[in-house]
Amino acid sequence: MKILVCISHVPDTTSKINFTNNNTEFDSNGITYVINPYDEFGLTRAMVIKETSGATVTVINVGPSSTEPTLRKALAIGADNAIRINAEPTDANYVARLLANYAKNENFDLIITGRESIDYNGGAVPGMLATYLDIPFVNACLGLELNGNQATVIREIDGGKETLEGNLPMLLAGQKGLVEEKDLRIPAMRGIMMARKKPLTVIEAGNAEKQTSVIKFDLPEAKAACTMIDADNVDQLVQLLHSEAKVI
Amino acid sequence: MAVLVYAESWNGSFKKATFEAVSYAAQLANKIGTDAIAITIAHQGDANELGNYGANKVLTITNDTLNTFNNQSYAHAIVSASNHVSAETVVISNTNNGKAIAPIIAAKRESALITNAIELPSTLSPFTIKRKAFSSKAFALFSSDSNEKVISITPNAFGIHEIQVSTTIESFSYNTTDSDQRLKSVSVDSATGKIPLPEAELVVSAGRGLKGPENWGMIEELADLLGAATACSKPVSDIGWRSHSEHVGQTGIAINPQLYIAVGISGAIQHLAGVNASKNIVVINTDPEAPFFKAADYGIVGDAFEVVPKLIEAIKTHKSNN
Repeated sequence: MKILVCISHVPDTTSKINFTNNNTEFDSNGITYVINPYDEFGLTRAMVIKETSGATVTVINVGPSSTEPTLRKALAIGADNAIRINAEPTDANYVARLLANYAKNENFDLIITGRESIDYNGGAVPGMLATYLDIPFVNACLGLELNGNQATVIREIDGGKETLEGNLPMLLAGQKGLVEEKDLRIPAMRGIMMARKKPLTVIEAGNAEKQTSVIKFDLPEAKAACTMIDADNVDQLVQLLHSEAKVI
Repeated sequence: MAVLVYAESWNGSFKKATFEAVSYAAQLANKIGTDAIAITIAHQGDANELGNYGANKVLTITNDTLNTFNNQSYAHAIVSASNHVSAETVVISNTNNGKAIAPIIAAKRESALITNAIELPSTLSPFTIKRKAFSSKAFALFSSDSNEKVISITPNAFGIHEIQVSTTIESFSYNTTDSDQRLKSVSVDSATGKIPLPEAELVVSAGRGLKGPENWGMIEELADLLGAATACSKPVSDIGWRSHSEHVGQTGIAINPQLYIAVGISGAIQHLAGVNASKNIVVINTDPEAPFFKAADYGIVGDAFEVVPKLIEAIKTHKSNN
């Protein structure tokens, strides 16, 4: 089985977000980058498949050379090889097209992405990539069982879950549930050493259309000071929620 | 020219997010100077209802093979309808089903896709629209030169706006293909009668301060009393006290209700990211230094096990007096 895991290189979840250049660029000063948390659940699920039934796991990222440590981390966790498509991932369609151009000749049985990246949160690339490859797309996937070529998948729906069945190939946009938080792996020294020898291939980006661009960023307005209420006077809270906030 | 909006149904009825999406499409169409056309798939009630939110026309698809939601066949049906009415823009609500079809529609139509939109476009030429980014820690103004667009809107951001227009209903047919049906739905497990978190107006949430899953009774009681959805912090879902589907925060569900009550949650930056768009935040925490108070509108320093029962009583009294 051949599995492709798409990896986004994103600011760590604890990052404070700031912008520079007149609010037109993300300020990467002091930011630690990580494997997108949603992608990490998918990568770990791919490792479990590799260990239980055998598979080669390729990780791929569209990004400049500064994203290579993130791909190396994925190799240290256990992926077999890595591909970096050398381009700035500024638009979802552009990224999806570049990924599709690579994947269309590789015959992957399973493609796993995160349901969204925690920077732009577009959730656009997975469904576009599946459509360009003409394979089924499962969004917000929180469960996967494989039986040969047959997959049973669970996806999140508003207020519940849906179980689906189909044959590979397919693309799953995953999240927690593919594996649990406790199953996530921290690369061990041996893995880190081995990762240095694993192939990381750089592919130059071909032509693909960009359809959107970011003009500027904004931060949410700061909240006014919190109105503190005495714990012995919760009636006051109810009054404020009724007459001031008008929510009850 | 027209704006086409997918009017999502759940178990045959329109969702609240659907009325919001139709409201958005109607105001967008008005801004562009065209019609808002809604499309329903397997909807059982009266589609004329969408005229209350500004839909000039409703295309209805009733086809046995489309009774169950399938993202490929639904997306392809909507693409087919968008060609039929020469729609330049397709509007979708960013629900779980919306997220499952929007990128397929955009890729098939070769449209620019803008997800998580929170406002109408600020300018039409160039087309610019404000959306959430960095897991609600920031906003981004997106621009697109494409004529064809798919806009997916964040539930509860734009709001429902009633505007009565006369609407016509037209049935539309779409024949599913085998490749549409490569994935088959086997079963649906949904909590009936519960309000889906992304659509909830009021949310009561609790964290590790509650000390154990057996103490959630008062949280559920408070939520039931208010007609609110229940939620929890990430640690609580990670240890398994509550289901993953209740986890709000950066890597869980992002919400923007009218009221968010956080009990025993300290307010780590990852949690705030998912909830800071809430219009009113109430924080109840024993620790006066909890970072959540800085992001709150109303705060009570106190023990949840004393404050929450008092709050329940106070709300009961308020309800009986109003």
